[in-house]
Amino acid sequence: MSVHLAPRTSHLARRAYLGLSALLLLSLLIGVLQGAVPLSPATILKILLHRAGIPIGPITWQPADETILLQLRLPRVLGGALVGAALATAGVLFQGLLRNPLADPYIIGTSAGAGFAATVAMLLLPPASILGFGSVALSAFLGGLLAVVVVYRLARVRGRNSVVTLLLAGVVVNTVLGYLGSLTIIFFEGSEFQLRRVFTWLLGGIAVHDPRQLFVVGPIILGGIAVACGFTASLNALAIGEDGAVAVGVDLDREAGRIVALGALLTGAAVSVSGLIGFLGLAVPHILRLVIGPDHRRLLPASALAGAALLVLADAVARSLVAPTELPVGIFTALLGGPLFLFLLRRNGRQPEWE
Amino acid sequence: MTPQVHLDAVQFAYPGGFALTKIDLMIGRGEMVAILGPNGSGKTTLLKLMLGLLHPAQGQVYFEGGALSARSRRELARAMAMVPQEPSLPYGLTAWEVALLGRTPYLRRFHGPTSEDREAVQAAMTATDVLTSAPRPYNELSGGERQRVLLALALAQKPRLLLLDEPTRHLDLSHQLRTLSLIRRLNVEHGLTVVSSIHDLNLCSLYFDRLILLSSGRIVADGPPDKVIQPDLLREVFGIAVLVGPHPTRDIPWVTILPEKDKGSPPRKECDRL
Repeated sequence: MSVHLAPRTSHLARRAYLGLSALLLLSLLIGVLQGAVPLSPATILKILLHRAGIPIGPITWQPADETILLQLRLPRVLGGALVGAALATAGVLFQGLLRNPLADPYIIGTSAGAGFAATVAMLLLPPASILGFGSVALSAFLGGLLAVVVVYRLARVRGRNSVVTLLLAGVVVNTVLGYLGSLTIIFFEGSEFQLRRVFTWLLGGIAVHDPRQLFVVGPIILGGIAVACGFTASLNALAIGEDGAVAVGVDLDREAGRIVALGALLTGAAVSVSGLIGFLGLAVPHILRLVIGPDHRRLLPASALAGAALLVLADAVARSLVAPTELPVGIFTALLGGPLFLFLLRRNGRQPEWE
Repeated sequence: MTPQVHLDAVQFAYPGGFALTKIDLMIGRGEMVAILGPNGSGKTTLLKLMLGLLHPAQGQVYFEGGALSARSRRELARAMAMVPQEPSLPYGLTAWEVALLGRTPYLRRFHGPTSEDREAVQAAMTATDVLTSAPRPYNELSGGERQRVLLALALAQKPRLLLLDEPTRHLDLSHQLRTLSLIRRLNVEHGLTVVSSIHDLNLCSLYFDRLILLSSGRIVADGPPDKVIQPDLLREVFGIAVLVGPHPTRDIPWVTILPEKDKGSPPRKECDRL
């Protein structure tokens, strides 16, 4: 009876999930095919089946092919998918919590915190390594989380966190830390190589130097997305405002703290292997909202899938366009996502999405 | 009998200075109460204290015998609802999706709405006569329809206490009457306790059993319409001159507003006849 009343039926959502999963698989395939050494899809499939212990007859590929696939391409592509999914999910969390269309995963301090810490690490710290994570990755992760903690504490007025003060504190901390980063660069003028490294890192690029990194980042991101699915009802309720959400039973103080922590964790994990990839976390939730509607229960998983696919594709373009030189992938998330976003926005132009 | 709502020596102050001073108030189950008072007299603050959106600086708010602060938000949201003051909705939700938010306190984490939830929303939207608008975008509805969608949201919570903040604001006369009749019907037929802030004295007289008059954060009168709607009281609280007589056809007080005294009748502009 009520099916016709809910115009965005689960039927539509199921089709969207299916389509996005197909898109993700396709982009993963494109991602592993892309590179200096040509690997055929058949070879890739055979190597994967062989490694999975499924007998597929005689080995017909070079040992180097296997190394390239398993040590380089696959970690890179899977890393891209994880980062894209994490950023899109964090974008959904922050846009929903802050009720702000300009919110992105970095909005409450992560970008500047991570950026500042990474800059310091690149200019001043020795390249130590834990579980495949260098000092830059670890500093970025911790710096991002620390900045969020500072913002969250600053925004706490009389024992209560207001969303507006959270947003403003985030902007202020981002700005201050951003300039501190610039100051650090000026003071400790590193070599041209170091400066180039800082610049590239700030633009973002998938950098999985060691497949072990994925075994750390993977569970954090996949677990984080799964947990985030438990907050969709609260995010939906926030549409009627903070008081409205409380009135329908959302314990906003606690819930907001958890959503911020979750968003920061996802963003921090992403930043540790990718630097600051912009635009993706902002645009993907908007694009998906235009396609499947604003219900977070569907928006969140769909955004995760779409974010993963879009970043893997953007990364493939970034690697191949002027190969062997790699361009920062952050450039292409904006160049691919921007026009798509504008197209959908104008097509839906009659009814403004945010008011 | 324990009162459903009990404010015991409640004090509250905003950092800006405005305060509610020592409010003692009991509201029994099934009452239909209007809160009156000039702008800034504390009507909304009082409602927010009853709902637990604000916490008293001193004193205690009790709901059905227990301290409000000891209950979980989720538990409270299943027992009391507040019709939001038409918030701007950030993105294009349909009327159905907005009303469905009233089921939030019944949803289990990681689970979507059940058929029970959908039935409750459908019943609520039927009661407020907006079921046919369910698939339409909320932001495209008229003011009256939005108001009734928000009322459906509150009813979908299946509350025993319904709080309303100026439910007739922004509505034309016919919709004001329809909204209040609906609320009155819910009160009479389902025993729903209603506490509502409202500006119109005559609508108070027509639809409510008990009026609470606030002035500068204090309760200055509390009782049935004929006790509260008194010319002297209204002059003192609102600074207006009124005549109070009986309603032409009903046994309730009726307020006639007089123009401000020292200026005589409102000036009429002379116009050239064409």
